[in-house]
Amino acid sequence: MQIKVNGAPQEIETGLSVTGLLVRNKVEQPDMVSVQLNGEFVQRDRFAATAFQEGDEVDFLYFMGGGR
Amino acid sequence: MPLSEEQLERFSRHIILKDVGVEGQEKILRGKVLIVGAGGLGAPAALYLAAAGVGTIGIVDGDVVDRTNLQRQVIHFTPDIGKAKVISAQEKILQINPGVAVQIHQERLFAHNILDIIRRYDFVIDGTDNFPAKFLINDACVLARKAFSHGGILRFDGQTMTYVPGSACYRCVFLQPPPKDAVPTCAQAGVLGAVAGMLGTIQAAEALKYLIGKGRLLTDRLLIFHALTMEFRTVRFQRNPACPVCGAHPTITGLQDYEQGTCDLRKPR
Ligand SMILES: [Zn+2]
Repeated sequence: MQIKVNGAPQEIETGLSVTGLLVRNKVEQPDMVSVQLNGEFVQRDRFAATAFQEGDEVDFLYFMGGGR
Repeated sequence: MPLSEEQLERFSRHIILKDVGVEGQEKILRGKVLIVGAGGLGAPAALYLAAAGVGTIGIVDGDVVDRTNLQRQVIHFTPDIGKAKVISAQEKILQINPGVAVQIHQERLFAHNILDIIRRYDFVIDGTDNFPAKFLINDACVLARKAFSHGGILRFDGQTMTYVPGSACYRCVFLQPPPKDAVPTCAQAGVLGAVAGMLGTIQAAEALKYLIGKGRLLTDRLLIFHALTMEFRTVRFQRNPACPVCGAHPTITGLQDYEQGTCDLRKPR
């Protein structure tokens, strides 16, 4: 099934969780990312239990601390 | 007070803009913007705000200029090495536009002094380099109902969002500071100098839009760009009901200092 990750289509297996998607996309530090699913933030303790539906739109938002 | 001949000439390219005009320029001239951090983001922001005629520009920074700053902190010049950044910034601002009232705050912001400083300004630009400061600025601005621009840069990436009272805040996206040292810093990871300039000037444009009250601010959205591919993306979001400072059941009702993992790793002196 297909979902959109950061605006780009991605083919995933049915039943994949947010945690699984982070692994699949080689997000090395899951603590460093906020995940939005169809416009709502997924709470961190729900990452493992949240699975995707066809057409879901997922965004990974990363901490970026520089400025100087 | 009507604009002087000198001002009409200096700001003519603003004034001919339909959305600025004399009225908008007068708002800019009355505007007060605080720039926290005279570094990679604060430097270009300060230069453009000074040139634009912002009446009062506050600069917060407790550091002195060092050689590693010069690759991107374009308000500081080689002869400024060793000089306090607030002084160096003030000198350049006044050379660009002697009409600016520059307020220098040669210190760092903490829970105990931030509210007293930000209340004197209309808009705050976060040009800091560490999460404790970014979260402190967010919380103080939310609690004091003060508009601000958040900015972050790393390597070839930049991201920014604008907060106004009622819009989603930085904590709506990032609930709490990341574990200390979990995120690479500019000093550890590097940053393309021009990326700082791109982001700082976006923040300056947001401040000017806020002052003139035109257009649509970067609220409830995070603008993310990757300069290596030069792709820009905007992620929309809404206020997060679970946000600890602006959510339905806020747990943060006062300010606190977080442990300061410094980003800017300086050479030992
Ligand atoms: Zn919030």
